[in-house]
Parts: sequence; structure tokens; C-alpha cells
Amino acid sequence: MRRYFGRKLLIYGLTFFVAVTINWLIPRFMPGDPVQSLIARANIAQPEVVEAMRVRYEGLFGFDMPIWQQYFNFWGALLDGDLGVSIWLFPTPVADVITRAVPYTLGLLIPAILLSWVAGNRFGAFAARRKWLDNTALPIGYVLTATPYMWLAILLAWALGIIAGIFPVAGAYSYAMQPGWSWEFIGSLLQHWFLPFASLFLVAFGGWAIGMRNMIIYELEADYVNYLRALGAPGRLIRRYAFRNAILPQITGLALQLGVLVAGALVTEIVFSYPGLGNLILQAIQNQDFFLLQGTFLFIVMGVLIANFVIDIVYVLVDPRTRAGMGGAS
Amino acid sequence: MSLTVTDLRVYYRTLRGDVKALDGVTFTVADGEIMGLAGESGSGKSTLGKSLIRLDGRMRHVGGTVELDGDELPIGDDARMDAFRFHRVSVIPQYSMSALNPTRKIGKMVAELMASRGVRLEPAELERRLDLVGLSREVLDRYPMELSGGMKQRVVMVISTLLNPSLLIADEVTSALDVSSQKAVAGTLLQLRDAGLVTSMIVVTHDISLVYQIADTIMVMYAGRLAEKAPAGVLVTEPRHPYTKMLISALPEVGVRYEEDSRLSGIPGSPPPLLDPPGGCRFRDRCPIAFDRCAEQPPFVEIGPGHSVACWKAGE
Amino acid sequence: MTADAPKAPEAPEPPEATATPETTPEPAATPGTPGAPDAAAVAASTPVREALHFALRNGKLIAGLIVVVVLLIAAVFGPMAFDHGPNEYVGPPAASPSGDYWMGTTMFGQDVFAQFLYGLRATFLVGVLGGGLAAIIGMVVGFVAGYRGGWVDEILNMLTNIVLVLPALVVLMIANAYLGVRSVGLQALFIGLTSWPWAARAIRAQTFSLRARDFVDLARLSGMRTPKIIFREIAPNMSSYLFMTFILLFGGAILVGASLDFIGLGPTEGVSLGLMLNNAARWSALQLGLWWWFIPPGAGITAIVGALYVMNVGLDEVFNPKLREM
Repeated sequence: MRRYFGRKLLIYGLTFFVAVTINWLIPRFMPGDPVQSLIARANIAQPEVVEAMRVRYEGLFGFDMPIWQQYFNFWGALLDGDLGVSIWLFPTPVADVITRAVPYTLGLLIPAILLSWVAGNRFGAFAARRKWLDNTALPIGYVLTATPYMWLAILLAWALGIIAGIFPVAGAYSYAMQPGWSWEFIGSLLQHWFLPFASLFLVAFGGWAIGMRNMIIYELEADYVNYLRALGAPGRLIRRYAFRNAILPQITGLALQLGVLVAGALVTEIVFSYPGLGNLILQAIQNQDFFLLQGTFLFIVMGVLIANFVIDIVYVLVDPRTRAGMGGAS
Repeated sequence: MSLTVTDLRVYYRTLRGDVKALDGVTFTVADGEIMGLAGESGSGKSTLGKSLIRLDGRMRHVGGTVELDGDELPIGDDARMDAFRFHRVSVIPQYSMSALNPTRKIGKMVAELMASRGVRLEPAELERRLDLVGLSREVLDRYPMELSGGMKQRVVMVISTLLNPSLLIADEVTSALDVSSQKAVAGTLLQLRDAGLVTSMIVVTHDISLVYQIADTIMVMYAGRLAEKAPAGVLVTEPRHPYTKMLISALPEVGVRYEEDSRLSGIPGSPPPLLDPPGGCRFRDRCPIAFDRCAEQPPFVEIGPGHSVACWKAGE
Repeated sequence: MTADAPKAPEAPEPPEATATPETTPEPAATPGTPGAPDAAAVAASTPVREALHFALRNGKLIAGLIVVVVLLIAAVFGPMAFDHGPNEYVGPPAASPSGDYWMGTTMFGQDVFAQFLYGLRATFLVGVLGGGLAAIIGMVVGFVAGYRGGWVDEILNMLTNIVLVLPALVVLMIANAYLGVRSVGLQALFIGLTSWPWAARAIRAQTFSLRARDFVDLARLSGMRTPKIIFREIAPNMSSYLFMTFILLFGGAILVGASLDFIGLGPTEGVSLGLMLNNAARWSALQLGLWWWFIPPGAGITAIVGALYVMNVGLDEVFNPKLREM
């Protein structure tokens, strides 16, 4: 058990290390003087912002120092929790900007991931054993999973927001309202939350349903199923076993899909101007706010790594074999 | 009379037509009899074994009947056949190593299987049977992956015979094992019959030398038809069908098995295609003593006590 | 966005080999069915013809293929039908679809149909280049790790896992944001560099199981060199699997590329389906009701990627006898 998690943690640690290094390395590949060109591209009028940027960039890059020193300084600042100051929302620290946006992204992502996973797996298993349903549901599932997240988001916003007028299509709550703990405000939050959630949910749902359907079909060909059939076991028992065995790779699949789902949430937020991390990224790119972009990047990587680790733990809890194997080994 | 098979025909559906894998097979297996069923790849022995318990997707029951203890088995009807499976006919599959659900503890799986068939399981009886095959009761608390291949195979043997079936089909159960395990498995099969847990048994194998050690009778198949059936000793010492003769003479010393794929080196040629087999005796192209009459299919006739052969020259 | 591990036709991490398509199309080569004559015993001499037979009768494969080919033809030859570039202001602004402009015009009077056809081109290009590069990296890593085993495998495995957990799109964002000038080729390069890990994993597992087979042993004993063994003996035996992997990578690369374009990190010159969506969103096509501006590009992406996925299921059924419907 310790060995298994030790190995996982090593990989996640290395990944984080790689991510930070990428973050440090990429600006160094820019042609010319990166500080000058970054400032020029930011296109900012306020002199104090320009000055702050210049000081910050030079401190950050520290081109006069040896390269290893530059690298260690970068880590030092990072470990202090210093992600720099946002250019777009000058002079708010990047960490603060991110902290404000994170709840919105998590509020979209976590329900969308969990619900789509549960519902998709159930539906996929259900469809796999009914010919007519399989033949109709399968193409729909493939179309859903092939749909770019942002396009489905646009379609939903257009159909249910603009044309039908049922849901608002921008922001996280009505601009006419003051944030607070009133029912009215919570209602507004939910109303604004629904469409981005629904588009994330639908695309992911299609993927899980198809994955489960394919897994079940393979499981039903497995030797243990043939044996049960040869012993005349009823279909109910066989399907229960097949589902149980097919769900395990789907948990692994969840870990593998995290990056894709996060990316989906980012572009969906952009469509709905939802004030989460996706929106931050868009603003950072449009305002050439590289501190914000890099901070958001590191934050997302960390979130994905933590989520991966949680899924690892869940997997061990769910798959009896890993537990048995580890019990025997330790 | 435990098992009576009459003119059984089971074909495989393929793109180019039916492959006549089992083309008119008639034989009986007596109460208490262990019958070895031997033949090369493609002789139809596995098809016969599967036909008696569960046809796979591409097999079709074309004709003939199977009677077990006086009741006809609906082998072409998957749903009606369920009533007979496990209770009356059971199987030890070739893939015993992977026949157990990997995510269930063995004890729990057995309990769920029994409950699903509406049978009450006596824990003491289960444990007695585990003892019989030399397994400790702790295996019930283990996942399949925690057992060795041999242990898994013995677990499957216990499960398959839990309801004391009339007929047990052991399908190539030794082919994945090393020589010493093969002997142990063969011994266990014998024990199952001697302890009265199964009435009769068909042991499908390509290894005559192994099945000879436990079988009462041996039946040899060739190209979808029966070639010869005789008491084990008679078949090995006095084979009458030219194919059986070649098979026996090609045998290495007892206990050493020949590879499945290396077609019998002593017999030139290969079996005829079963998609559109030629009329008459199917062995005649490879047969050293073939003559004009072999263009006509020889009947499978009894030439001695319990000894039947399908060859015009068998009586000579 | 379905970059790393297209969840669709291929389960991301199959439990060993059971869930993956059969490595070898011919069932005759599957050991363990002694005595059972099957279709292959009869048709073994013509496995290619047999596969073709099933391929021509597989509705999913044919339907998917038709969609992809039609769109590909449109992408290759379509743009030749215009005497103006995709971004030129040729018509009245915000005109709905008409005989002159089949898909209407943008807010600025650009021809949406022209943009769509040019955009298809860029989209296919990103798919082929990005997916192709990812397939090559995945194959090299997978073959070497699976065949060599030992510490080489350990290191490559570690590398694969690291790239696997890094959220690809976010890495691409960072890389692209710093680039002043972006091109389709560069975008494809980056996508290829980040989306190979699941393919490497799958190929490694397949190679691993093939390594122990007799014919590989024979090649090794006959003194064949490792690269030659991999490309002469191992790769051909899993060619169907490799092809299916490429198709999934192809579709995945298109989705990632479209997301990047949509965020505003697309090619700085030219047009792509993702860029069209980006422009439509940026200039409030939604609020203005210019549906002809944002529906075609999304529909194009969905059609290509969906058709690729459906094709893949069809191929799986063709190559894997267990899934065939008789």
C-alpha cells in the first residue's frame, strides 16, 4: 500500500516539478528581450503599472544572475506563495484574483463531473443490453462526445437563453444584485449556473455512456461470464458482475479525463462569461497578463494532481484486488 | 443409460456457408463411465463438448437428439437449456484459470451463484468438497488472483460439481498445465466420479496418453464424425480404425504430450475441409488401406463388446 | 478537448488485454480453441479479404467514412471555388444565408461559407499533423518500453505518466500565449507533443503481450536487430490497432486545436473552425442572432470528430471477430 501511494506521489511530485519548470522556461524562449517585449505587448498607459511590471519581470527573470540562481529564485518566490501581481487587475495579487475565481469553477466542475460519471455509466450499462436502445443511443453518444464543449455551450445559450429566454446567458448572478446570503441571490446563482453546468454535463455524459457501453460489451465476452452462462446463471447476476468489473476502468478513465474536463470547463466559462478560471485565462491572454496566466496554470495543475490522488485512493477502496494484492505484499 | 446422443449435427455458420463441425454423431455414455474424447484440432471434439452444455454464438443445432437420463436436452434452445445446466449437465471449461469473477471473493461468488439458481448451499458440504480436492476452506475468503493456477482449477472443479450433475464435461482441462499438475488434475477427475459427485464424465482432450490413465472408454473423432469408440485398454492396444492406429503409433511415450499444432507427424496430409466435405469416408485421402468402397460412408458399427468402429475394413 | 485518452471507443485503461481489440485479426492465431473449427479455419488464407468483407458490410464504418471523405474533399477542393480569401469583406454585413452567400456573412461582411471551407482545411491539417505526430511519439515510446522492458520501460513509463497527468490544454495555453506569431503547423506540433501518452500506454501493453509470442522469439533467435523486429514482426501484427489509435488521436487533436483557437490562441493568420467560433463569440453573434455564423463551424468539428469515432467502432467490429454480428 505504501509502495503504491509512494509511487503515485513520486509521479505527481515530478509532474508538479515539470509544470513549474515549464512555467519558468517558456518566457526564456521568447526572442529578443523578453522584459521589453512583454511590456510592449501589454500596451499599458499607466506609468506606475509599467514600472511595477519592469521591476517584477527583471526581479523574476534576473538575467544578470547565473541560470541556476534564476531557477532557484523562481522556486523561492513560488514557495512563498508569491505568484506576482495581476496586470489586468493591478495591483491585486494574482493569488487573490485566483482565489476569487476558484469557487465558481469548482461549483461547475465537481457536480458536472460526478453527475455525468454516475449517470453516464448507468445509462451506458443500461443501453448495452438493449439492441434498439443501443442502436439509437450509441450515435447520439458519439455525437455528444465529439461536440466541442464551447459549441454545445453556445447552442444551449442561443436556444434556451436568447430564443426561449428561460436562462440568462452571462455572468454568475444578476448584475442588479448584491452578493449575499439571500434566497433571491442563491436563486439567481442557480439560474446562471444551470446552462454552463448542463453543457459540461451533456458532453461528458456522452463520453461516459459510450465508454461504459463498450466496457460492458467486452465484459460480457469474458471467460467468467461464459462460465456463469454455462452454469445457467440468470442474466441478472451476470450483468451485475459485468457492471462491477466494467466500472473499475471507468474510474481510471475519470482520472485520465480530468484534464479534458477542466479544459471543457474553461471554454464553457468563456462562452457564458462565467467568472471562473476560464474567464481569468481569457482576460489574462487578452490583457497579456502573464503573471495571472502562469499563476492560473500552476493552480490548475495542482488541482488536477490533487484530484488524481483522490481518485487513486477511491480506486484502492473500490477494487478489492488492489487491496488484496497490497495486503499480501505488505 | 446416462447419455444417449443420436445423429447429432451441429454446424458453424461462416461467411462461405456452414462448417459441418459435427456431422451425424451417435454414441452412448453409461452411468459411471468416464469417456475420453480424443482427436486432432478440428475433429469436432470440442464442438461436441460444447454442444452438450452451451452452444457458442456461431454454432447451430441442425439435427439429432441428446437424451440425458431419459430426458431430451433442448440443446438448441439456450433459455430452456438453463434448467438442465449445472443441475444435470455441468462443465469444467478449458479456461478454468480465468473462469472466476476477478472482483468477487470465491466464497461470495459461490453463494451468489447458488442463490441465483435457487439452491441452498450447505457450508459444511462445500467445505467437505474442498477437502476432497485438497483445498483449505480459506480459499473461500480469497480473490481469484490470490490463488495459483492449479488452485483455481480445483475451485472450478468443486463449483461445477456442487449440484451432483449426471454428466460432467471436462474440456481440455490439462492443456495449460505442466506434466505433474496434469496428473494431479486427472486424478482429481477420477476422485469426483468415485466419490459419486458426478455420474458420468466426458473428458475432451488431445492427449490420449493422459486420458488413458483415467478413462473407462475412449472415443476418437475425425473430421466431424466418430472414428472409433472402445474400452480404454482395447483402444490403445488393439485399435481397429486406421486413423486410431496411426494416432496410437504416433504417440510418444505415455506422459509426454505432443504439441497441438504440430499435426500428427506420422500421418501425411490434413483433414478435409468441413465447409464442403467430400462424400464417403473422410479419412480416405490419408488412409493407407483405402479402397473403392471408401467412397461410401462406413457405418459406425459394433465389432466387439463396447467396441465400435467406422471403417469397412475394421472387421477383417 | 478530448485530447489525452479519447474516452469514446477505446476504454482509456483496459484491464489488461481483455478490453482492447484483438491484436491479431485472424482468430486462427488465437491459441486456446483446439478442436473448434471456425470461420477462420476456412478463410484463414484470406484474412484481408475477410476483413474487407466485414468492412463493406459495416454500416458504422461506411457511414463514418463517407462523412469524413465528403468533408475532406470539401476541405481540399472547396476553397478553389472562391476568387476571394476567407477573411475578405465581400458582402453586406450580417446577411442571412442566401443564394449568393450560402452560409450568410459575418458582421463584417465576410463570406461564412468560404471561411467554413478554408477552416475545414486548417482543422484537418491540425488533426493529421497533430494526431500523426502524437501517434509517432506514442508508437516509439510504446514499442520501446514494451519491447525492451526493464529500466528503459521504467523511465519511459514515468515520462508517460507525467505527461499524462499534466492537463494538456492548459500547458498548450501557456506555450501558445508567449508566442507572438502562431501558425497551424506550430499548433499541431504542440498538440502532438502533449497528446501521445495514452496511446503510448496502450501500445506498450500490446507490445508486451506480443513480445512473448513464438514468431518474435524466432526473429530474435535468428539475430534480427531490435528496430527491425519491432517494425517487421510486432508492428504489422497490431496494424489495425495502431490505425485505430491514430484515428482517435486525429479526432482528439482537432478538438484540442479548436479549443485553443476558441480561447484566442489560434493561428494569427488565416482561419479555422475554432477561430470562427471565437470570432462569433467575440462579436456577439449570439446576442445578435447571427446563428449562421456560429452553427456551421461547430457542426463541422462535431461531424468530423463524431464520424471518426463512429468509424473507429466500425473498425473495431471488423477487426475483432468477437464483436461481429453474424
